[in-house]
Amino acid sequence: MMQKVRVKPLMPPGHVRTPAYLRGKTGVIERSLGAFPNPEDLAYGVAATAKPLHRVRFTMAEIWGADAETPDDTLDAEIYEHWLEPVHAP
Amino acid sequence: MSTNKTNPGNRLHDSPLTRRLQDSPLTRRWQDSPLTRRWHDMGGDPAGPVPKDQHDFAIWEKRVDALMIIGAAKGYFTVDGLRRVLEDMGEEAFETMAYYERWVASISQNLIEGGAYTTAELAEKMAEVANRGDTYGDAAKGPA
Repeated sequence: MMQKVRVKPLMPPGHVRTPAYLRGKTGVIERSLGAFPNPEDLAYGVAATAKPLHRVRFTMAEIWGADAETPDDTLDAEIYEHWLEPVHAP
Repeated sequence: MSTNKTNPGNRLHDSPLTRRLQDSPLTRRWQDSPLTRRWHDMGGDPAGPVPKDQHDFAIWEKRVDALMIIGAAKGYFTVDGLRRVLEDMGEEAFETMAYYERWVASISQNLIEGGAYTTAELAEKMAEVANRGDTYGDAAKGPA
C-alpha cells in the first residue's frame, strides 16, 4: 500500500520549490526518486545536502475541493521529503 | 483605475491589461509576505490562452543564454541561483522587462555573489561599452 503523506502547510519566505497550492494537501507516494541536492540550498550557493525526492500523487478533489472539474483525475508532483509528513490512518 | 478582474491570466504577457493589473487588489495578493505565497508561485491561478507565437532570438539574447551556461559550467552559480534572483526581482520586473533582460540582471547578480567580478569592475566595463556608441555600427568605427 502506498504511503499516505501530507505536504507541510508552511509558508516561509525565501527560495522554496514546493508549490503553495499543494501545501497542506494529502497524497500518496507514487514512487521515490532518490536523493538530489536541495535547490533551496543551491539557490544561495551554499553547500547543498542531497535530500530524498518523492513523486506524490494527489486527486483533483483533494487539491481543488468542490471546484475540481474532474475530481478523480490525479496530479503528480515531485516534492522533497523534508516537506512531507506521514499521515496515519485514523 | 479600471481593471479586468475576471481574467488575470494575461498577466503572463506584457500588455496594457497586465500593466493595469499591477495596481489591482487581485495582483496585490501575490505580493511577498511571510504568510502568503510568493508572487511567482502561481500554480492554480486562472490562466489565459497559451501564446504560441515564435520569434528569432537576437544576438544579445543568445549571448545572455551562453553566459548562463558558462557561469554554471565554471561553478559560479546554478540554475537555482538564476531562478532565486529572477523571483526576488519581483512581479514588476516580470511585467516590465523582457525575458533575457531579466536573465542578464540575474546572471550578473549571481556572478557578483560568486566572485567572478566586483560591482566596481562591472561599472567600469559598462561605462567602457557605453562609450563605444549606441549601435553596433558606431562601435565598429572605433573610439570617437
